[in-house]
Amino acid sequence: MEQVKCECGHVNPIGTVLCEACGKPLEEVPVLLDMRYEGSARRSQTYNKTIIDKIWNFFSSVKVGVWLIVITLVASAIGTVYPQQMYIPPTVSPAEYYEQQYGLLGKWYYALGFHDLYSSWWYMLLIALIGVSLVICSLDRVVPLYRALNNQRVTRNEQFLQRQRLFSRAKVEHDETAWRNIVDKLTKRGYRVREENGNILAEKGRFSRWGPYVNHIGLIIFLIGAMLRFVPGMYVDENMWIREGEMKEIPGTNGKYFLENQKFIFEVYEKETEKEAFQAAIDRIGSGMMAKNYQTDVVLYERIGPVVAGEEPKLKKIKSFSIRVNEPLKHDHYALYQVDFKLDELKSMSFHLTDKQTNKSFGTITIDLIQPEKEYDLGNGYKVQLLSYFPDFYFDENGNPNTRSKVPNNPAFVFKMFAPDRPKGEVSFTAIRQTIEPLGNNKYKMAFAGIETRNVSALTVRRDFTLWILGIGGAIFMIGLIQGMYWNHRRVWIRRINDEVLIAAHTNKNWFGLKKELEGIFHDTPFVMPIDQADNRS
Amino acid sequence: MKEKRFWLRTVILAIMLAAIGYTIYSNVFVEKKAIQVGDSAPDFVLTDLNGNNIQLSDYRGKGVFLNFWGTWCKPCEKEMPYINSQYNVYKNKGVEVIAVNVGEAKVTVQTFVDRFQLTFPVVIDQQDQVMNAYDINPLPTTFLIDKDGKIVDIITGTMTEEDVKKHMERIKP
Repeated sequence: MEQVKCECGHVNPIGTVLCEACGKPLEEVPVLLDMRYEGSARRSQTYNKTIIDKIWNFFSSVKVGVWLIVITLVASAIGTVYPQQMYIPPTVSPAEYYEQQYGLLGKWYYALGFHDLYSSWWYMLLIALIGVSLVICSLDRVVPLYRALNNQRVTRNEQFLQRQRLFSRAKVEHDETAWRNIVDKLTKRGYRVREENGNILAEKGRFSRWGPYVNHIGLIIFLIGAMLRFVPGMYVDENMWIREGEMKEIPGTNGKYFLENQKFIFEVYEKETEKEAFQAAIDRIGSGMMAKNYQTDVVLYERIGPVVAGEEPKLKKIKSFSIRVNEPLKHDHYALYQVDFKLDELKSMSFHLTDKQTNKSFGTITIDLIQPEKEYDLGNGYKVQLLSYFPDFYFDENGNPNTRSKVPNNPAFVFKMFAPDRPKGEVSFTAIRQTIEPLGNNKYKMAFAGIETRNVSALTVRRDFTLWILGIGGAIFMIGLIQGMYWNHRRVWIRRINDEVLIAAHTNKNWFGLKKELEGIFHDTPFVMPIDQADNRS
Repeated sequence: MKEKRFWLRTVILAIMLAAIGYTIYSNVFVEKKAIQVGDSAPDFVLTDLNGNNIQLSDYRGKGVFLNFWGTWCKPCEKEMPYINSQYNVYKNKGVEVIAVNVGEAKVTVQTFVDRFQLTFPVVIDQQDQVMNAYDINPLPTTFLIDKDGKIVDIITGTMTEEDVKKHMERIKP
């Protein structure tokens, strides 16, 4: 391995700018030293032999890392130009929608995957490459930096000292008391003072230098957590709509859990029922305008025995619970959150079988709109058959009655009404505010008699085993940030050469703070306070 | 030393490559479904319009053309007659059809079945249990299940009569 030997005797890795031990510049450098990474050799720059080295070196470049971030940012920005797929109408095909709405640009937007940016392979690849860049950049810098800081000697090369930003040089009589005094003051201010041959290195806050790398470790852990979401079983995110009185399998639980919705409650703030203190606020917004509570009272059941889908399940009650916003029902790492609702969905409709002439009623039928009966017998020879049922009725493009969905939003029925005087039956098409008698005039009709409604609640089913990893990653990220932000790595070198004393100081940030501190230390001493050479030069 | 560095870099790069490869592969190139081609088809039991229990595991040894549909779904409506006519050809060759309606009212389903004179069993998934198990979205979705109960293919979207014939041929025992 190629190495560079400094005149102080220390052997440095090739590419080193400042000797790890004494700090002597080993290459041509500007007057004021660039102290980044202590002038250590960034490992990657040096060897470029194998393909592995080439890949490694590519990612080791901060420039490459920054470009990856810029490209990702630009892509993210473009992704906001047209709506993402989840916001376009669910009934249309995205391939057609983007082209129809936005023309050729829309077509390319879709073709390139901008319509579902976070799931497009190249966007994920970009994020992944940023992750790779993060790992390699960090590794390539933290190791040499650690080496350099670990190998640094107390006695520093003269050139190193005079090319620090803060530096002074003066003839000072040797005075042991004054010297001790300086050491004391430095120690009191939290510096660890090392002495060697009458020279001093005072250092504090080296720990701050690891902040960025700790921060990057946090980020990597966070990315790993995000990645684990794609491992089956680690992450469940499903939605379910459940009507009042309904019992349903909870999606995402593999048929293991069932839920019964006993009641959905929607409450608002009203003037009459709230305390005095809230009156002004209610006045401002309007009584009954502000939601107070969304709540679903549910019972959770567990299925017993083997799961055969569709089979009437044997259930064991686990618990009753009131799910409210931010108060999910939690069980077995699953959480059910309140997310949406629909008030007053039609539950049943009632009709009187009526003589159109006399308006006499021969009985009432109530039709369950989820599972209507085939036939309703009213006795005395009167009965009603349900020939067809359209829960969400419309006339399709051929002019035939049809249904848009299985949700009873706009129910319509084809009835066949039987009466003692109409033994063959009369056919009537009945929808809301609409009756058609396709086979000519009828004697009887189905007169609307009322409806029953119920509420529907929407719940999100979540199970997330990655959350704690994301939490740890986030916490480490913050620790790293704090570590690097609120501590400064400060060093003061004092070297005696013959009858001169050279003082230099360095910090990785907050030069003002360092200068104030040095003033406090060198004030009223024979030593000369270091001068900021960056000021002089400008 | 140089050897060591080479191997260290290779290992780190390989680990990262594997992680990225897996993530992108499982996200983009695999349908994000609970159920996939090659899996064994989850067993289910549902009641048909005549009140008979239809259980998938009873169909071992035969190919099963498992179709999920709704009466409001136009593409489903379009392919139903094709499935019906091909069923009449293939039922003698060991291919069965089970049409799972996605939980509509029995009356609505019956009307539809009568209108198209469907001869294969039509079952209604009242509680969405089978839909959950097969992770159905969108309609129509058809699962081709071979005689060993393995899912051979999953077809979403409407089929021509030629398609139906081709697919039934694939699961003929």
